Amino acid sequence: MTPAAIPSLPRGVRLHHDRLRGAEVLLGPERALMLDPVGAAVLAEVDGRRSVGAIAAVLARRYDAPEDAIRADIAEFLGDLADRRLVDLDDG
Amino acid sequence: MADPAVAPLPPPPIAMLAELTHRCPLACPYCSNPLDLAAKAVELSTETWARVFREAAALGVLQLHLSGGEPASRRDLEVLVGHARDAGLYTNLITSGIGLTRARLVALDAAGLDHIQLSVQGVRAETADRIGGYAGGFARKMDLAAEIADLGIPLTLNAVMHRHNLDDLPETLDLAVRLGARRIEVACVQFQGWALKNRAALQPTREQVERAKRVVAEARAGQAGQRGAGQGGAGQGGAGQGGAGRLVIDFVPPDYFADFPKACMGGWGSTGFNVTPDGTVLPCHAAQTIPGLVFQTVAEADLAAIWYRGPAFMAYRGIGWMPELCRACDRRDVDFGGCRCQAMALTGDPAATDPVCRKSPGRAALDALVAAEATAKAPPAFAYRRPERPDRPDRPGAA
Repeated sequence: MTPAAIPSLPRGVRLHHDRLRGAEVLLGPERALMLDPVGAAVLAEVDGRRSVGAIAAVLARRYDAPEDAIRADIAEFLGDLADRRLVDLDDG
Repeated sequence: MADPAVAPLPPPPIAMLAELTHRCPLACPYCSNPLDLAAKAVELSTETWARVFREAAALGVLQLHLSGGEPASRRDLEVLVGHARDAGLYTNLITSGIGLTRARLVALDAAGLDHIQLSVQGVRAETADRIGGYAGGFARKMDLAAEIADLGIPLTLNAVMHRHNLDDLPETLDLAVRLGARRIEVACVQFQGWALKNRAALQPTREQVERAKRVVAEARAGQAGQRGAGQGGAGQGGAGQGGAGRLVIDFVPPDYFADFPKACMGGWGSTGFNVTPDGTVLPCHAAQTIPGLVFQTVAEADLAAIWYRGPAFMAYRGIGWMPELCRACDRRDVDFGGCRCQAMALTGDPAATDPVCRKSPGRAALDALVAAEATAKAPPAFAYRRPERPDRPDRPGAA
């Protein structure tokens, strides 16, 4: 995936704050993925407008981490979700 | 049996299956409903279901599956979806499509329905309508699928596969893509409920099963890398509904042909539960086939009390009930000893190792049964799933 790819949550997939379990959950058809704090932070930035590169830049600044490494991690995470059709990737 | 005083509490459930009604226009011979179908008169009210949805969400349920029977047979389905969403539940409608119209889909969409799972009985009208026992059903499903796609409601196709349609698996996958489904569940029939009654008629052959596994593996392999291939900017994968995106295939193989049992319900009383049309809370679809289990209804206790301490849920939770074969097995925490209802149906002992297991003393008898049924030249006719209506003769055979 290129840094220009724009991720979005398709219809039928949404983030849910699970108060009982104290976690963010990604809900989709027959799926409930408990997110770790990193995954939750990435998906919270997915708005269907900004690219993977732009999201990586935001998170790199917030967590004071190398942008290249963050971008690679995000690409892997979102790519895996896209394979399961829990994220759509628009290559622009 | 676990001692309630010392047994650790299980985690909260993830999923609830609400059998809103047992009424259904179709008569599929593999229906998972019990043979003794609930009458309309005993169905829970709208208000009671709304309370149950709230209790479920408070208990930790994330996913609600609205099922039946045919849930669209309830005129208050749209209102129920609204209550489910208000409670905070991800709301999935499991439907045959019969009884739904564009107007009802629009209302369901407005009420916040998250997803539709549409059943198909086959890929051609002749086969599908014969299996479903409902003339014209296939054409109506195809029309409804087009409306679902037009409204952009996320769609999964659910195909229950068996001797009479397993050879059409490639065409079934194609149909899912054509209808704009994002997912397909290829569910080889599990022998409980009406399917158990019709087992000899539905039992696939070993050749069919092996071919189906190859078709699924090849379809998945053919799709692997589609995402990567689309990244050069070609194709229109991505944000659109259905469209050119890849199809996610969930495959439930027929467990009689497997070496190890299925991890039924992810372990008894550990991830989800069913509520029947009259409000009886069950650990699984078929739990009422196990003699001696004591079930509670939503009128008697709240869902949390039933989930954590209900006697039927305690009965086979954990490892206390297991025979030594399972308790000492390295797959104990993989398949949890398999399916209790299947152990009951095939061995007469609900606490036995699931006889699908190669290590089970019951496996030899199951092998003989499969060999006899799968090689039968002419399988018996279907016993269609229809309520007993002593006041009126059965409908003429729709087959």
